[in-house]
Amino acid sequence: MKVLVAVKRVVDYKVQIRVKSDNSGVETQNVKMSVNPPDENAIEEAVKLKEQGLANEIISVSIGDDKSQDVLRTSMAMGIDRSILVKSQNTLEPLAVAKTLKIIIDKEKPDLVLMGKQAIDDDSNQTGQILSALLNWPQGCFISNLKIENNKVFISREIDEGIENLETSLPAVLTCDLRLNTPRFASLPNIMKAKKKPLETIDIDTLGIDTSSKIKTLKVIEPPKRKAGIMVNDVKELVQKLKYEAKVI
Amino acid sequence: MSVLVVAEHDNKNLKSSTLNTISAAEKLSEDIHLLILGNKIEDLAKSSKSIQLVKKVIICDHEKLENQIPELSSPIISNLAENYSHILAPSSTFGKNLLPRVSALLDVTQISDIIGIESQDTFIRPIYAGNAISYVQTDQKINLMTVRPTSFEKCEETGGDAAVENISFIDSEIKTTFVSREVSKSDRPELGNARVVVSGGRGLENSDNFKLLYDLADKLNAAVGASRAAVDSGYIGNEYQVGQTGKMVAPELYIAVGISGAIQHLAGMKESKVIVAINKDLEAPIFNIADYGLSSDLFQAIPEIIKELDLLNQIES
Repeated sequence: MKVLVAVKRVVDYKVQIRVKSDNSGVETQNVKMSVNPPDENAIEEAVKLKEQGLANEIISVSIGDDKSQDVLRTSMAMGIDRSILVKSQNTLEPLAVAKTLKIIIDKEKPDLVLMGKQAIDDDSNQTGQILSALLNWPQGCFISNLKIENNKVFISREIDEGIENLETSLPAVLTCDLRLNTPRFASLPNIMKAKKKPLETIDIDTLGIDTSSKIKTLKVIEPPKRKAGIMVNDVKELVQKLKYEAKVI
Repeated sequence: MSVLVVAEHDNKNLKSSTLNTISAAEKLSEDIHLLILGNKIEDLAKSSKSIQLVKKVIICDHEKLENQIPELSSPIISNLAENYSHILAPSSTFGKNLLPRVSALLDVTQISDIIGIESQDTFIRPIYAGNAISYVQTDQKINLMTVRPTSFEKCEETGGDAAVENISFIDSEIKTTFVSREVSKSDRPELGNARVVVSGGRGLENSDNFKLLYDLADKLNAAVGASRAAVDSGYIGNEYQVGQTGKMVAPELYIAVGISGAIQHLAGMKESKVIVAINKDLEAPIFNIADYGLSSDLFQAIPEIIKELDLLNQIES
């Protein structure tokens, strides 16, 4: 089985983001960037499938500028065999990302595609679902458990009501929740080894797809700030405040 | 033009998120159609036609739609699309799972999780866990959007008399079969639309201690929530998680107990009207957004709060 993992480079989850002063977007220069957290779960799952002998080749793909090589190197340090960077100067919308991935998938012919359930920058939560529809492959979203046996795929999905269990088959597109596994840290020797693993670069303009934006961002602003609250001294004061000041109990 | 709202339901009742989504649709058109895809949904169709804002209820009733597998539902929705300027679904795991597939079939870009509607083509949505708010505009032939339920009021469920139209099921060959659903049963209000939410974090230390929170929640007729740390540690199920990758809540009162307040958690609850934080760590970032902070050991504070609430009730009765 061949597994393809899609990886996005995003502002690190610990960074307190800043809106640009001209309201054109969010400051991404000179801030720490990392692998999108649920994409790390996707990488980890692929590496586990290889360790279990279920996958024989695991590859990662990212779309972005040259800097996205970082997250691909990280994925290879975690155990991915080789990577593909689809070079694009522009930020792509989920539909364009899915179309780009589809072209890579048509060429690479993986049996399984894994990615995070959402990117923590634009929070769209769309790409896996779109890709599954474009490929006409089964979709399994927000998965927290995966078992593959004789081409059968058993997944548990985190839904608002609890857990949904589905059975499907390969090939499939699965999007990973944060509870699927615990991503490993890349060890120093593995980081060194990852530098020698193959990283292919493809220019997005050579793929022949429309990746133009369909949505125009008019402005990006800071959310309204909550006004400062107070510290209460004890439980009695808290309950009194909630009852007679805030009037919520 | 008309707006189509895709209903979230359990084949018996509409989820309240559907009512919030209908309110969002009202800002776009007076001609709102509600699409219900499910199995044995005659009664559901009957009760839904009384929603005042809905002009037409479209139902597709088929046993294969029982578990709402998106591979089956999405072609039925895309097939109706040409009649509509907008298609809306709640930004719940139901809507997130389904609507992007429809967008793929229609070859349009969906706008996720809108919190405001400026005009027919301009929408407001949070990005970066709500740490920035983006105003976006599109000129696509049809606009697909998921709607954050807490950003729109629930619409009235009565007073209307919509027409009901049955559409035929379009079968698709699919590879996925439903196995089971593990749903926790609770008499408490639903987390997404409770008036009061009591949430616990890592400070609770284990699942047994969550019982303390349940007692407090029951006193306040509140829903129970949790931080990701508490869910990851196995103290409570994933359906209770509030935050960027969990549920968004905006109750009148949110009580955060033993939650430090990571930005990913704040993303899910900072729209609450009144926020109370109880944490023994005075440096916990949750205090920065709390209206009322109590720096105290939660294992002492919670029983005391319950006692105080009992006292209040006695005075009143």
